Amino acid sequence: MAVITYRDALNQALAEEMARDENVFLLGEEVAEYDGAYKVSKGLLERFGEKRVVDTPISELGFAGLGVGAAMAGLRPVVEFMTFNFSFLALDQVINSAAKMLSMSGGQIGIPMVFRGPTGAALQLGAQHSQACETWYLHAPGVKVVTPSTPADAKGLLKAAIRDNDPVAFMEGELLYNVKGEVPDDDDFVIPLGVADLKREGGDVSIITHGSMAHVALQAAKQLEKEGIEADVLDLRSLRPLDVDAILATVAKTNRAIYLEEGWPYLGVGAQIVSIIMEEAFDDLDAPVLRVTQADVPMPYNKKLETWARPGAARVVEACKKVLYV
Amino acid sequence: MDGSEADGVGVMKGELELNRFSKDKLVEFLRQMLLYRRFEEKAEEAYAIAKIGGFCHLHIGQEAAAAGCILPLRQDDYVIGSYREHTQALAKGVPPEEVMAELYGKASGSSGGVGGSMHIFREDLGFMGGNGIVGAQAPLALGLAWAINYRGGDQVCVCFLGDAAVNQGAFHESMNMAAIWNLPVIYVVENNSYGMGTKFSRVSDTPMAKKSESHGVPATVVDGQDVMATYAHFEFLVEEVRQGAGPQFVEVQCYRFKGHSMSDPVSGTYRSKEEVQDRTENADPIKVLRDRMFESGMLTDDELDALDLEVRSVIDAAVEFAEAAPEPEVDTLYRQVYSEINAHGRLFFDGRGK
Repeated sequence: MAVITYRDALNQALAEEMARDENVFLLGEEVAEYDGAYKVSKGLLERFGEKRVVDTPISELGFAGLGVGAAMAGLRPVVEFMTFNFSFLALDQVINSAAKMLSMSGGQIGIPMVFRGPTGAALQLGAQHSQACETWYLHAPGVKVVTPSTPADAKGLLKAAIRDNDPVAFMEGELLYNVKGEVPDDDDFVIPLGVADLKREGGDVSIITHGSMAHVALQAAKQLEKEGIEADVLDLRSLRPLDVDAILATVAKTNRAIYLEEGWPYLGVGAQIVSIIMEEAFDDLDAPVLRVTQADVPMPYNKKLETWARPGAARVVEACKKVLYV
Repeated sequence: MDGSEADGVGVMKGELELNRFSKDKLVEFLRQMLLYRRFEEKAEEAYAIAKIGGFCHLHIGQEAAAAGCILPLRQDDYVIGSYREHTQALAKGVPPEEVMAELYGKASGSSGGVGGSMHIFREDLGFMGGNGIVGAQAPLALGLAWAINYRGGDQVCVCFLGDAAVNQGAFHESMNMAAIWNLPVIYVVENNSYGMGTKFSRVSDTPMAKKSESHGVPATVVDGQDVMATYAHFEFLVEEVRQGAGPQFVEVQCYRFKGHSMSDPVSGTYRSKEEVQDRTENADPIKVLRDRMFESGMLTDDELDALDLEVRSVIDAAVEFAEAAPEPEVDTLYRQVYSEINAHGRLFFDGRGK
């Protein structure tokens, strides 16, 4: 196994899948000559040519729709959004075209494509560039949503997303691109969508989370460990399909859970997870399930305010202690 | 026509010599347009007695556009349209009984009854829907045309839009990208002068034929009440695009004889009864062709009656088929949301894992 960055893991996944299937092509702003705004597509233009690595105008609605149309014709487009913050312009094509096409065509026309790019806050990018965008995509049946937290997950899940026959929103962590980790060299290293990963084992409390927050959860678990509290950290990895069994298993083990996410609380991912736990694991619970989220405000620019607004390890520790009544 | 002056772009009027087309071809145009008309009339009847639900947008009055733009195409060419697409599906070869059964929401419909009036699809015939969001089909057409180029094919994609769609960003983004990549797509605006109940001239300061100019996409204008002019223009244009001429923008000037949808008035505050009456009497595409064939002695009353009778029997059979067709089974519902049948996303009361 090689130790590589999250960015390089994504790059490898793209290159391997493009080499494997000539129907796969990459489309988006700055992906070709500029090597991608976050350099995820570095070297791909040189290797695969301008037919398969395509710079677009800044027309999110138009090029997202182009991807959907090409998928209707059987190609496998990977549409990069420079960030998912910009993809709200494209949501009509995601929700009304990509998500619904298979159903409203009576099963005739599937949309095998990937929308990918960073989601969530970076540092001091202000209100319009700092959103966790999962919820917008999760709400619509027909779209799958994947949120890798490590280089290995990034590679294995992106390969699975590209091979998948449904539209997949593949949401990368904006602050994770330089994170390093071990990644199998195998060209066929694919992680199936819908399988959660227990990133840390402990029997006292469950921290359930997804995406970049898995790292915050692990930090919090380390702090808790110093106080003699052992936490399960369950990284869902994909939010649709969702590994409900893994959620129920950790709750059955610890009887106490919190949901940690980068997005806003109102109708957020955690609201759904809490609902599932209520419906299917109520009798396993020894405490109400709490959520740790971004504050319910547009992200402020000021560093102190931004830090306060974001969900951090200290707040996770506090929430875990609350559900443990310590 | 009001609000749709070509402004410097010559309108191709129906001044073509009849002898440009064989009698068989002209009879086929007539038969097709009668088929579309009788289909929509039956749909109107069925809607009135609640056999068809939801929204239902009729194409009555615009039959020459469907016939003229689509009949020159091959089966492997793509057609994609808006929600006023029943007759476009028929023109592309979707059997009338399948379209009618879809309007009835039946399992034998072209989309299994899940799509409805606004979402007719037949992928194997190159009929790619049936889109309910104004202008959303423009980027999809771009992608279909992209796929043609990507594979090195010589097909063409024809994208139908209503006149109101040209004010959507999706339309302009698509025009721009179609031009950049020289894609084999023909954007056809069926300009019937009204976006629902709003006259085009009230929502656009520039004439329709200018809409593609800044994107570098050539525009042409054709008299869409004249099937011969429309067919001749598209026969030429489709071949040009097939040979690599790149994207095209065509204004097909036509007129909608009915309301925007079945729940909307034919006339009222937005257009006068007299205007509709005048157009219905003087610019009915079926009458226009019929009269010119009469005048030239290519068609007799008896031949026309026989043709109409034949078409009516096809449509009657389509209605009978739709009436008798089964409803979709409830347990088919989840099979078409994702490509694999599974419990993903199904929650407690929805039978997760059962």
